[in-house]
Amino acid sequence: MGESSETSQPMPAAGNSDEVYAARAETDRRLAAAMAAAQSGDRAAYETVLRHCVPIVERIARHQGATADFLDDVVQDVLMTVHGARASYDPSRSFMAWLTAITQRRTIDIFRKRGRRGAREIYAPTAFETTAAPDNPERDAVRRGEATQLHALVADLPEGQREAVRALALEEYSLEDASKSTGRTKTALKVNLHRAIKTLRARMGGGPEAGGEAS
Amino acid sequence: MSEGGDISRLIGELGADLKPVRRLPPPWLRALVWLGVVLVVALILVATRTLLPALGIIGNDPFMLPGAYASLATAALAAIAAFELSLPDRSDWWALLPVPALLVWIALNGLGCLATLAIPGTETSPFQFMVCLGLIFAISLPLTAAMLLMLRRARPLRPLRVGILGGLAASAAAATLLILIHPHDSAVLDLAAHAVAVAIIIGLNTLLGGRLLVPANKFRRAA
Repeated sequence: MGESSETSQPMPAAGNSDEVYAARAETDRRLAAAMAAAQSGDRAAYETVLRHCVPIVERIARHQGATADFLDDVVQDVLMTVHGARASYDPSRSFMAWLTAITQRRTIDIFRKRGRRGAREIYAPTAFETTAAPDNPERDAVRRGEATQLHALVADLPEGQREAVRALALEEYSLEDASKSTGRTKTALKVNLHRAIKTLRARMGGGPEAGGEAS
Repeated sequence: MSEGGDISRLIGELGADLKPVRRLPPPWLRALVWLGVVLVVALILVATRTLLPALGIIGNDPFMLPGAYASLATAALAAIAAFELSLPDRSDWWALLPVPALLVWIALNGLGCLATLAIPGTETSPFQFMVCLGLIFAISLPLTAAMLLMLRRARPLRPLRVGILGGLAASAAAATLLILIHPHDSAVLDLAAHAVAVAIIIGLNTLLGGRLLVPANKFRRAA
């Protein structure tokens, strides 16, 4: 695999994680700049921002427990709220934080409208993999199978790697929070996550497995 | 239409509706502008006082002036908190900002109330009570209207909390300004008038907050 030589360098996982954070920060900066242009009336920039918002909103809403049957409602409500509240965005602050706050609030509003009981019953942390496209049963079945396989593989990982995957990838904790909750250092978490990904790749698609685990 | 189609159509509609908007100034500046409205009302009241004789009894309660400072601080801090909370990405903790000043205001009123019990001639008549109540309402009206208009621009996502804080700011400012035209003491009925007025103004803001603070959306979500 082409990535093998890269990932065998010292502290490769840290590099990968830093790249992820850098990419997120860059996306945030680009969206902030585009939103500032939208505030000045730039329609193309505005529509670009809104299109970029859709997958982000879906991800946040899913994380809050929104299932596919009303994910579309959340997205539409958030887009309309962004439109109405666009004067309240301050381009010197994070666009993602602003959008996340709107999404979380609107998702809660929709939960409330549909009843708290229903919201609790449909909560499903794995909804991302299993309920993204209800109108395609065949793809759903394949994704469910993949998700089940992935969960089984994660369960088979050494403890440290499993903790890193759960905390950083599944629970989406920050490195700092994951470090506090697992009692492992940030470096150990990054190394374990990298090794876990390498192991999972190897087990799912072939290739060399990563070695032990960092503590 | 498919879900993706609905969203694409909505994005197109929102794009077509796009107009340049003036970015909201920072919350502290918006609060300062609102306090400017309070100042204008204060100047009008001072001008009115020169034309009309002051109503009621002359205040001789040592806690009245510190109480007025505390109510002014409550108004300023509640205004800052309301403008902060009107923005989506600000912490809910901002709601607690006016609490210390509010507690001091309540405590000073309580102490004043005890002090007036020892001072003869500070009883308040029911007429005095109604005058006090009416004046607080009258003063708070323009302050509440200015506050709602300014908050509306942010389209607050937490209209209930923002409405409560806006109501607290307006009623606390009105209670402060009352001293300019209506010298009063911390006698029980005076304080009751303040408390009733503050509660009613906050209650109205809370009830109407959702409707007044969040303008109707002209776009409809596809079913």
